[in-house]
Amino acid sequence: MQGGLERATGEKMVLNFGPQHPATHGTLRIVLELDGESVLKAIPHAGYLHTGFEKLGEHLDYNQYIVVTDRMNYLSPLSNNFGYVLAVEQLLDIEVTKRCQYIRILMAELSRLADHLLWLGTAALDLGAFSVFLYSFREREKLYSIFEKTTGARLTTSYTRVGGVLRDLYDGCVEDVRQFVTNFPKALKETHTLLTKNRIWMDRTKGVGAISADDAISYGLTGPCLRATGVAHDIRKAEPYSSYDEVTFDVPVGTNGDAYDRYLVRMEEMIQSCGIVTQVLDNMPDGSVNLEDNKITMPNKSDAYGHIEGLIHHFKIVMDGHGVQPPIGEHYCATESPNGELGFYIVSDGSGTAYRIRIRPPSFLHFQALPHMLEGGMVSDTVAVLGSLNVIAGELDR
Amino acid sequence: MSEENQVEEQPTPLILQKLEANHADALLAHDETRGTVVVVVRKEQAYAVLEYLKTDPELAYAFLVDVTAVDNSQMESELMQFDYARFMVVYQLYSYQGQCRARVKVPVHENDLNIPSVTRLWQGANWLERETYDMFGIHFEGHPDLRRILMPDDFDGHPLRKDYPLRGHGERERFNFDKQNA
Repeated sequence: MQGGLERATGEKMVLNFGPQHPATHGTLRIVLELDGESVLKAIPHAGYLHTGFEKLGEHLDYNQYIVVTDRMNYLSPLSNNFGYVLAVEQLLDIEVTKRCQYIRILMAELSRLADHLLWLGTAALDLGAFSVFLYSFREREKLYSIFEKTTGARLTTSYTRVGGVLRDLYDGCVEDVRQFVTNFPKALKETHTLLTKNRIWMDRTKGVGAISADDAISYGLTGPCLRATGVAHDIRKAEPYSSYDEVTFDVPVGTNGDAYDRYLVRMEEMIQSCGIVTQVLDNMPDGSVNLEDNKITMPNKSDAYGHIEGLIHHFKIVMDGHGVQPPIGEHYCATESPNGELGFYIVSDGSGTAYRIRIRPPSFLHFQALPHMLEGGMVSDTVAVLGSLNVIAGELDR
Repeated sequence: MSEENQVEEQPTPLILQKLEANHADALLAHDETRGTVVVVVRKEQAYAVLEYLKTDPELAYAFLVDVTAVDNSQMESELMQFDYARFMVVYQLYSYQGQCRARVKVPVHENDLNIPSVTRLWQGANWLERETYDMFGIHFEGHPDLRRILMPDDFDGHPLRKDYPLRGHGERERFNFDKQNA
């Protein structure tokens, strides 16, 4: 990191990094001003994947919008589904059943594992560690099989509903998940032996892209990137939502706020997530997954087909202007997504469609802080720093 | 607020006590919903209030979570409240020290879309304000680099305004490809 400027020759060169680059993992672009191999200036550009999600939110009803949330952070769609419906439910002042809360935690933590695993694989791949990529994708594949069996889809899960979830866990889900969390720490240890004390990995990540705690807060960093700087803040602990106060887990923190610490924090978070999943499975309550409120959740199919009341309720839920209608008001709800604080600010005018939906994406603020971490460093560190931030273009541009 | 809260007589949150003591003339309204204090602040004093919230050692709202805006032009009840201010710029704040959230809202009239930038207080405000400018056309005075961020540089209009149609208007005319086919 140091010495980059000392070796400078005085000749400047502008390098366009992205929007199509193997290490950007999505369409984002950084314009680097280089002097030799040292980065003088970095200008990140966003917007290549802008899809108008916030505008769409003003035209889709509350349940329709769930499919849009899948596409924000496409590495952990279940976390986005969860964060969004939680905001709507808090706006409606309803609380879902205990079983539903536990299932949502279960899925959110599994998707955190999947997200961190993909991050681990690709961040290591960018720095040349190919086997780590294969190891982490092998584990991720097991998780995706579980997601596929539970939700019917691998990526576009759309699992949550306002007032509940799409369906209960499939038969044998608990066994599948239990088997996964039993074997996973062993598998993660393999990665630890490959990377944690690896000379090359340490040289490429230690002291690279460091940011202080004060700067991290000023830049609005959240999640693993903030915790790597030593700030022990986790929304699951600070503002427990959806029964997170009933599980115990530790919040891992780093000290230097560099790429290596971000790596260590994420590695430990995976182990903690396994612990949460085990506790959730041990204490999984019985009962219904959906709220018994005909104005919020869909009736059973048998009711909708077999009884006139069920048919009416079904009709009322899906018809324009009859479904879920939060009272006039506004609410900001933040959840701890794998990348950091994912917030939904919803303004309701009392109709079935939100008046305004604002998504507060963690990646947007992480990408903004990139020049702060890059400038003065080496050009090869760009890949390491970008990888360590885990900027997801879908969530960055929305 | 509702009658229930008056019966319980909840203590006034610290942030409101302190704002009423130090910036009473800036406050237009305040409310507390679901544990978050919401204050509506006059535009002229918005910067001073935000600076106060950030730097006061007891409040220490050090984390600017989000900056966005709401176009109230289709929400009559909101529009009526603050003298027909079309836009409401919304700041979400969080205090690591007190582990609590606050929301500061600033009414902005359509005939004067300028509002002081808070980039000097929080570095993270830079892109958030750029996005608000891009989507709503709110002009942040003193911003170091107020350009569009999500939409292309040569884009006309501000997509999240309520008078902007969902499917856009006019963009396709610029594509020669379409003209040839027509």
